[in-house]
Amino acid sequence: MIASPVLILGARSDIGKALARGYAAQGCEVILAGRGDIAADATDLGLRSGAKARAVAFDVTDGAPDRFFDSLGVVPGTVVMVAGLLGDQAESAADDSAAQRVMDSNFNGPARYLLAAARRMAGVPDGCIIGISSVAGERGRASNFVYGSAKAGFTAFLSGLRNAHAKTGLHVMTVKPGFVRTQMTAGMKLPPVMTAEPGQVADAIIAAHRARRDVIYTLGRWRLVMAVIRAIPEPLFKRLSL
Amino acid sequence: MPHVEPLSGWGRYPVRDCALWQPVTTEALHATLPPLPSSIARGNGRAYGDASLNPDATIDMRRLDRLIAFNDATGELVCEAGVLLSDIIDAFLPRGWFVPVTPGTRMVTIGGMIASDVHGKNHHGAGSFCDHLLWLDLDLGDGRVLRCSHQENAELFAATCGGMGLTGMIVRAAFPLIRIESAWMRQRTLRARDLAEAMALFESSHDWTYSVAWIDCLARGRDLGRSAILLAEHAAASELDGPRRAAPLDRPPRRPRAVPIDLPGFALSGVNVRAFNRLYHAMQRPGDALVALDPYFYPLDALSDWNRIYGRRGFVQYQCVLPLGESERGLARLLETIAAAGSGSFLAVLKRMGRPSFGMLSFPMPGYTLALDFPATPANLALLDRLDAITADHGGRIYLTKDARLSAAMLARGYPRLQEFRDLRAQYGLDRRFSSLLSQRLGL
Repeated sequence: MIASPVLILGARSDIGKALARGYAAQGCEVILAGRGDIAADATDLGLRSGAKARAVAFDVTDGAPDRFFDSLGVVPGTVVMVAGLLGDQAESAADDSAAQRVMDSNFNGPARYLLAAARRMAGVPDGCIIGISSVAGERGRASNFVYGSAKAGFTAFLSGLRNAHAKTGLHVMTVKPGFVRTQMTAGMKLPPVMTAEPGQVADAIIAAHRARRDVIYTLGRWRLVMAVIRAIPEPLFKRLSL
Repeated sequence: MPHVEPLSGWGRYPVRDCALWQPVTTEALHATLPPLPSSIARGNGRAYGDASLNPDATIDMRRLDRLIAFNDATGELVCEAGVLLSDIIDAFLPRGWFVPVTPGTRMVTIGGMIASDVHGKNHHGAGSFCDHLLWLDLDLGDGRVLRCSHQENAELFAATCGGMGLTGMIVRAAFPLIRIESAWMRQRTLRARDLAEAMALFESSHDWTYSVAWIDCLARGRDLGRSAILLAEHAAASELDGPRRAAPLDRPPRRPRAVPIDLPGFALSGVNVRAFNRLYHAMQRPGDALVALDPYFYPLDALSDWNRIYGRRGFVQYQCVLPLGESERGLARLLETIAAAGSGSFLAVLKRMGRPSFGMLSFPMPGYTLALDFPATPANLALLDRLDAITADHGGRIYLTKDARLSAAMLARGYPRLQEFRDLRAQYGLDRRFSSLLSQRLGL
């Protein structure tokens, strides 16, 4: 069972948008949280599916998760954290504030928001928290380790949160999408067989949510690829450019 | 910021590296346009040739995809231009609404449908899509966004409907949906032994809402124009039985299948095409049947990426329309020329068109339209030049949405309002702000 309302944190992202449409199509009430003209997205959602939808302003780095949830007016049945920022590794390496932005957007902000959610959701029937983490968090690589390490932290956070709530009935799911064709990856050369469309990712997440899975790779091939990458001995790995 | 990506139309010919901009809102688009040298909007890339390609700046409109308003009493829908037709159908068919005009694929954006002024199997009665359009908002790229309709900025409206995206960026549009009772079609199949019989059947079938014919374009001599004519109506709920009657708007699930790889060129040899045509003809047995709406309107959407069956070199679709009085002689010459070359496709579609459109560059005119696919080989491209000459001799024109290779001279013979279109572009300064490989090739 999917518990309503479903709160999408980061609803203007391509995955967030696809998730909102997917949940609304299942008849769930949806709350869209994001920046910019998010109200028009809520109108769109209502017209598409007839589902109840509304919009709230949200910035994952604002450091005010309790204020956000208190002003929401309801306790969500499902919370999906989609917010994140890929950033640019070279920029993060050179500029402290750029590095902080990436860390805040991928770890500090998401973790604090989900802690605030969990404080309110204990006891919600079929309650579920879903975090979109990344395969980049499985091993630090020269090309994106600021982003990757923040996602590694977020993955560990989700794992711990799941463990902490195993007995309260609040389910926590970790999602590792791999490459997805989104605004975040526009212009990157992505291998087609390893790349998913946002709609595919959303479908996989909703199916896994129903099945109450713990950790999913939305594109199954990534499980194998990451197993190989994790298995490479460090003395060798440090010399590779992956 | 843009990134460079190899892009093509649906025919995968030609392919060019294009700087691609991907605005996420109409406001972001509005801010993007003014500094650009010259750009073109790209919807879902279903125009076959080079209409949505501009190496300097191509604007991906697919993220401008919000429904804005719907009036339950009148069926009037307002949406952003990047909304997919398939999304509209998925959202509104279950509530008993359908679009007044649909092309042969659901995978098009509303902006693309307007820029191409698409027609469907009901053109003889309903006209083209823009005949139903209430208004559109056009971003002129110089800071102006103008509401265009038959009442407001009517000239710009007439240039934009069927204007191939060359009058600005269509950002929003409004049009009415029509009421339907079921997700099923009542279809009648008739057989025609030759072209004259096929045309006679069209002329006696005007009362049917939808009509289309599949021609075995390799049949020659006295069999020339041998075809199956498919007539259809939306089925009323009372025409259904059993579980369908209980849930008339339910659509049977369709699992889309994909063509996983580019097929090698020989897969579409003449022998295979002939065999397919014969098979298809046999399948279309005369008689009445209930057919689900999706496979009726969108038979090829079930096979996603079907354009890959033509292999890496790509293909071109040839679609022309001939005026009524010239149709029989002109079609016979076209079909004879195609049959003699022996390289036609299994997709040979014939359709009676109704009224002319108000759009300056709109394709439809009263008469008959013929559409076929050809692998993009040098021999076929030469053949198409010969077909152009026949089309022009008989007062016809080529559908720009399908085109990748027409010459400027042939274009001028088919589109009498061409100069009016060019003048209007110049008047608004649009000729400097919007262009595509198609417009550059044809001097639009």
